[in-house]
Amino acid sequence: MELFNLAIRSIFIDNMVFAYFLGMCSFLAVSKKVSTALGLGAAVIFVLTITVPLNWLLNEFILKEGALAFLGESFATIDLTFLRFIMFIAIIAAMVQLVEMVVEKFAPALYGALGIFLPLIAVNCAILGGSLFMAQRDYTLAEAAVYGFGSGTGFFLAIVALAAIREKLKYSNVPNGLKGLGITMLITGLMGVAFMSFMGIDL
Amino acid sequence: MSTETAEKEVAVKDAEDLFSKRRKKLITDPLVDDNPITIQVLGICSALAVTTQMQPTLVMALSVIFVMVMANLSISLLRNKIPTRVRIIVQLAVVASLVTLVNEVLKAFAFDMYKELSVFVGLIITNCIVMGRLEAYALGNKPYDSVLDGFGSALGYSWIILTVAFFRELWGSGSLFGIPIFDGISSLFGDDFQLATNGLMVSPVGAFIILGLLIWVQRSKTGYVEH
Repeated sequence: MELFNLAIRSIFIDNMVFAYFLGMCSFLAVSKKVSTALGLGAAVIFVLTITVPLNWLLNEFILKEGALAFLGESFATIDLTFLRFIMFIAIIAAMVQLVEMVVEKFAPALYGALGIFLPLIAVNCAILGGSLFMAQRDYTLAEAAVYGFGSGTGFFLAIVALAAIREKLKYSNVPNGLKGLGITMLITGLMGVAFMSFMGIDL
Repeated sequence: MSTETAEKEVAVKDAEDLFSKRRKKLITDPLVDDNPITIQVLGICSALAVTTQMQPTLVMALSVIFVMVMANLSISLLRNKIPTRVRIIVQLAVVASLVTLVNEVLKAFAFDMYKELSVFVGLIITNCIVMGRLEAYALGNKPYDSVLDGFGSALGYSWIILTVAFFRELWGSGSLFGIPIFDGISSLFGDDFQLATNGLMVSPVGAFIILGLLIWVQRSKTGYVEH
């Protein structure tokens, strides 16, 4: 039940895009068409679900203060937390590369759909943000996995919804200066208002 | 291809002034005409998250300036040594080390600020402006030019987030840098008068709307139209 609550919270209440502004670059750049938005959203879910638990393991058994105690007495006081950024980003970049190769080999159809989005994702703030929040909030392994999946799904929902709105927006008459990024920001703001209504839910 | 032409150009103008016209443009262009946030749509991720108040925003801006200048310098110095295939990883490693440095300095000398910015300092690593400039400029140009380019882009980023923070803190909390402004104005007009603050400005929604309007104003001025 706890895990279910966490999933709901990370999808709706602590939505990556509307509550923390993470992954905005790709959120704005790849939301012109629903079909591409679906592809990127799926790739984000995929990568977040894999990298957050993996980084949890890394954090728990190598980086945390005292995590190296299993190597012997003298290692018990070592604190490698300052290496977090480099290690997390390395894991993410490596995983993205690995996932890309595996998908290409075993699921060519999926690779065709996700293809160009996978390498883009290595530098998506939502992915690194997911891992950093996980480390900050002291989740357990199961929670980390659920959190990764949930926040990916939150991003997926947000980007698909925005893409759907922008497809319709093509037919409306927007002032010149507001075209493109400007109107998209305002729309995102209004969508944020809608998502704020979830904030009252106490899980 | 573009890399080669850029190299040649620099080689010819060997005795160029320290602040020649071309180099001044490297700094001034990203401020308005080619602003990383409002025109190139880069680096919005962290631009919005920290802007509820002026003070953390200023720290964030300074951190980004430091990271961009140093990253551009390092990558530019290494540009002929980095194999093209692994350049993304090399760039990430350089940027991540610099960000770790900033993070440790904040932790040591400004612990409250460190707590407040939490994960967002770390997210400078994935800030698209940094990667974008490394990829587009530092990989193909001389160190000094790259430093100027990084400084210009980071300044362009900084003034936008500081402006957003100015309005969000003023209207959302009625203060600037933590100094109450609204209370001061209210007290001038007697006891019954009270300027109200707008809670929406403190929430993420306020950031989107302020930035949207800022982009509108800025683009109307420069005449840039997106298709």
